[in-house]
Amino acid sequence: MNIVVCVKYVPDATADRHFEDDFTVDRVGVDGLLSELDEYAIEQSLQIKEKSAGDETADGTEVTVLCVGPEKATDAIRKALQMGADKGVHVVDDAIAGSDAVATSRVLAAAVEKLGDVDLVVCGMASTDAAMSVVPAMLAERLDLPQVTLGSVVENQGKEFRIKRDGDTATEVIGATAPLVLSVTDQSGEARYPSFKGIMAAKKKPLETWSLSDIGVDAGEVGLEQAWTRVEGTEARPPRTAGEIVNDDNGSGAEALVGFLASKKFI
Amino acid sequence: MSEILVLVDHVDGAVRKPTHELLTIARRLGEPSAVFIGAADKADGVVEAVKKYGAEKVYVVDDAEIKGYLVAPKAEVLAQLVEKAAPGAVLISSSGEGKEIAGRLAIKTESGLITDATDVQEGPVTTQSVFAGNYTVQAKVTRGTPIITVKPNAATPEETEGAAATEEFAASISDSAKKAKIVASQPRKASGRPELNEAAIVVSGGRGTGGDFSEVEGFADALGAAVGASRAAVDSGWIPHAFQIGQTGKTVSPQLYVANGISGAIQHRAGMQTSKTIVAVNKDDEAPIFELVDFGVVGDLHTVLPAATEEINKRKG
Repeated sequence: MNIVVCVKYVPDATADRHFEDDFTVDRVGVDGLLSELDEYAIEQSLQIKEKSAGDETADGTEVTVLCVGPEKATDAIRKALQMGADKGVHVVDDAIAGSDAVATSRVLAAAVEKLGDVDLVVCGMASTDAAMSVVPAMLAERLDLPQVTLGSVVENQGKEFRIKRDGDTATEVIGATAPLVLSVTDQSGEARYPSFKGIMAAKKKPLETWSLSDIGVDAGEVGLEQAWTRVEGTEARPPRTAGEIVNDDNGSGAEALVGFLASKKFI
Repeated sequence: MSEILVLVDHVDGAVRKPTHELLTIARRLGEPSAVFIGAADKADGVVEAVKKYGAEKVYVVDDAEIKGYLVAPKAEVLAQLVEKAAPGAVLISSSGEGKEIAGRLAIKTESGLITDATDVQEGPVTTQSVFAGNYTVQAKVTRGTPIITVKPNAATPEETEGAAATEEFAASISDSAKKAKIVASQPRKASGRPELNEAAIVVSGGRGTGGDFSEVEGFADALGAAVGASRAAVDSGWIPHAFQIGQTGKTVSPQLYVANGISGAIQHRAGMQTSKTIVAVNKDDEAPIFELVDFGVVGDLHTVLPAATEEINKRKG
């Protein structure tokens, strides 16, 4: 089985994230890293591979990590290789900068098609920067594949997949046959840390770099100028004014709390 | 004025509140047309419900053939309606399913997509809250039909009678849209409390509860609030994931948010920072949550909450 796991290189969520003058996300001035939620996608891909190792009827399973992003995004791929992915593909091209989700899905889909013979495309539940959660659905649409998304439990018998997901109104089990697009939540199982052996092994794993022309995408289809949406303005939320803090040492906290809620007409 | 398509968010024909909000927003942009994809025998009730909030037209799409096949067939229905009606915009509620339908629809119709709008005004120009609520962004779709998913509470539903002219729409669904299927479904038990996304007051608990949510729940009930939780509480198995507030759970923006025993990590702030009034109870006076609050109590929630609950119930008589 051929598994492609899509990962994103994002600005560190705990850093002071901000916008450039053209309203794109500053991806240079803030430290970047592998989007935390994609680690769960890598973990599930590796678990599927490990399970298939014991299945003698299955052919070998290979996990390819795919990333679209600037030069530094190699760090995200490297981390996935250290965790245990087999090889990496980095699509990097100046023309991609500022692409929206529509264009990003176009580039990812073209790269998946170039890889060819892919059984499973695995994504995280959302990126930790834009957090739209639409790329898996867009990829499925572009590749004409079924999607099983936001799985908290993933099970498979060869190419038959079952996922469990917890929705607002029901818990559902969804079934589909590969090839398909899968996304998993942070409830799907703790992601492993790279071991020392994994870190050493990653140095020798293949990492290919592709440009847009390598995957047959015209530069005019992507990037900020071609985006199908436009940001008109951004505004930093004003810092909240310091509130009143009381100490409950003398047991007056509850009364003060209720007094505050009553003064705001919540009671 | 052009039509504005509103996908009706419903559970077996029971129209959910976000639909009323979408219809209210749609009236700012054009003539609201509700799209109901569901069981034909529930259509009358749905038409009544959306008529009250100004739907001029209702497209009824019988889902007998596509029920259980998740989002792909719904995106095909909407794409065919977009072609037929040439609407000024398509509004969908910002649930997991809503966003996925929108994503597929954007590709099918070669249209720009904006997700998680917290406001939509004429244009349509959208407002979104990004980077854990630290920025707001104004944006527009520049190509195709604007497809916008809207978060709960983005508008106050306004009642007004619409014509609600009903039209049955028979979409043609491809085989490839029927490849993923719901094979089992377990409805969630109703808690009797308000829905987290829609509640005016949210009372949440974290690691500081030590696993006992009864005091948080008691305080929530005294205030008529929904109950939420931090990821730490969910990961500890104390409360189901559906209650999680934060980056990988729900984003809430109530009138009042009360965080109990929650330190206030960036991932949690992402889910509640835009609440109007924020209150916290925490033993640790250095917890980052206190940077956000309008009112904070440094103390043990196990003593403060029961006492506060008693006081509120006494005042209510």
